[in-house]
Amino acid sequence: MSAISEPKSSWRAWLDDPAPKSQRQARLGEISRVAGKLVANPLASIGLAIVCALVLAALFAPWLARGQSPIGQDLADRLAAPSAAHWFGADELGRDIYARIMFGARVTLMIVALVAAIVAPIGLAVGVSAGYFGGLVDVVLMRVTDIFLAFPRLILALAFAAALGPGIANAVIAISLTSWPPYARIARAETAAIARSDFIAAIVLQGASPARILIRHVAPLCISSLIIRLTLDMAGIILTAAGLGFLGLGAQPPTPEWGAMVASGRDVILDQWWVATIPGLAIFVVSLGFNLLGDGLRDAFDPKSS
Amino acid sequence: MRFLGFIGSLIATFLGLTAVTFCIGRFIPVDPVLAIIGDHASKQTYDRVRIEIGLDHSVPVQYFLYLSRVVRGDFGHSVMTSNPVVSDIFHFFPATLELATLATIIGVVVGVPAGVAAGALKGRWPDHVVRFLGLFGYSMPVFWLGLVGLWLFYAKLGWVAGPGRIDVAYDDIVETRTGVLLIDAAWAREWDVFDNALAHIVLPAALLGYISLAYIARMTRSFMIDALSQEYIVAARTKGCTFWQAVWRHAFPNILVSLITVIGLSYASLLEGAVLTETVFAWPGLGLYITRSLFNADMNAVLGGTLAVGAVFIGVNAICDFLYKIADPRLRTS
Repeated sequence: MSAISEPKSSWRAWLDDPAPKSQRQARLGEISRVAGKLVANPLASIGLAIVCALVLAALFAPWLARGQSPIGQDLADRLAAPSAAHWFGADELGRDIYARIMFGARVTLMIVALVAAIVAPIGLAVGVSAGYFGGLVDVVLMRVTDIFLAFPRLILALAFAAALGPGIANAVIAISLTSWPPYARIARAETAAIARSDFIAAIVLQGASPARILIRHVAPLCISSLIIRLTLDMAGIILTAAGLGFLGLGAQPPTPEWGAMVASGRDVILDQWWVATIPGLAIFVVSLGFNLLGDGLRDAFDPKSS
Repeated sequence: MRFLGFIGSLIATFLGLTAVTFCIGRFIPVDPVLAIIGDHASKQTYDRVRIEIGLDHSVPVQYFLYLSRVVRGDFGHSVMTSNPVVSDIFHFFPATLELATLATIIGVVVGVPAGVAAGALKGRWPDHVVRFLGLFGYSMPVFWLGLVGLWLFYAKLGWVAGPGRIDVAYDDIVETRTGVLLIDAAWAREWDVFDNALAHIVLPAALLGYISLAYIARMTRSFMIDALSQEYIVAARTKGCTFWQAVWRHAFPNILVSLITVIGLSYASLLEGAVLTETVFAWPGLGLYITRSLFNADMNAVLGGTLAVGAVFIGVNAICDFLYKIADPRLRTS
């Protein structure tokens, strides 16, 4: 009855209700407020647009590539300059660089998604347990975290890739193994604050098991901090993955990986600049996008900035 | 007591590092015995060598043996250079050190004042310039920037010398005293060599310096903003300090302590992150040594190099952490 008689702008009112009636309403309201702040920030909007473009390029690569194959060779067009036929030119095997960039978005997106899927749960589990149980568990887990935090990331990733053999999967494992510690630290700090709240005490009194408390009540509250950190880290992950690709330890030929594409254009950079320059620009633009989006997200979530 | 804790955590981290390199060494797809004796050796030779290199022991005992070799400075021989890995490391490390040090000097000399200016003038044009340069710096694939830099400044403009550390014509003129070419050349008063070495190092050092500058300026800026919002700044201003006096005399000394950590972190990450730059510029440092050994399946060299870089990285970090605790009076008493 009341829902019908309310004016058209009830959407906004429902989202911005200071006393939400359901969990869903509260969550949607929070998302809409963060999204609103994000769109109002021009730099963050640019970042969001770049990241969306990356996802779209990855999804629709076969259509966007205009029928060109990322691995189909055409030796007659070897090192062709940018033209109507090859928008970004062709590489040393006559493959269309524009098509390879589009399909390369899939590789990049897959790497960051896999690293995120590995790193965030590990960091969350370690940090939440350390922060909630405290005592010896905390000391041991944080000692291990500190040890991993002090490791040189790129060199260890190199050594891992060397031991496991080059390839995307192994590059992902190598990057993940060296990048989970900051997430554990963040989750631990958040948990230590949450664990002292009254609502946790209430759940303990209701007889909830530690596992239930951690998974259902503590972990969800740590997620927004982890997402911000993850977005800010994406640029670093992309740069490390591209670096491994450049050294020949990431994606293997003929996979259209941007770092490896830069490496393949290295020998001809004096005469055919586009072979190395364009994939490098793609790496730069995408990591810039993630940096802008991450900065924007941090500002939008930060209560101090509003 | 605090010093003991510091040494303890340093040792724990180093043990962790050796455990990781040990595991990597165990997981390599190449059979270490076959790597030594080749495919055609007899079963007896295989078993004898397997016992000789200690593979018949249990894994913990193998780790202990590995650790005792590492502590004695025995990383095995490099297949590629046929030298002991340790002497290779001492041979290649000064080049990396030279590059990273010069880059850090550039990063500090430019980055700290830029960060202070950006923080003090928050929201005005110096702030925007610094933030944009910083954003570009940590979004940039360094290997690609190196390639473009070489193409522009070496091939097109001819302002700097090309890849490598020095021209072949100047090789072996100066005696190796420190391994740091610029110092050796200046010591021997061979100014031609010095100029040539400088022309080679300028571009990679400027490039890494830019990356470190981006990080240092960003951190300095946020420290400065934080310091300027404190009440002691208001107190200083009401006593008649000008704005810039308050910035340099009151806020700056307070952020100096945090800056030690930032500069140390950036130095440590340059020492390890130089791998990519060294590859692009064919700079004969530890990073290039590790990557070249990698492609020759020279595991002793790779793991020894990893351990050496890791130890330096951990050491620099720990020293900064320690300095930070000594330099900050608030942490001294607690």
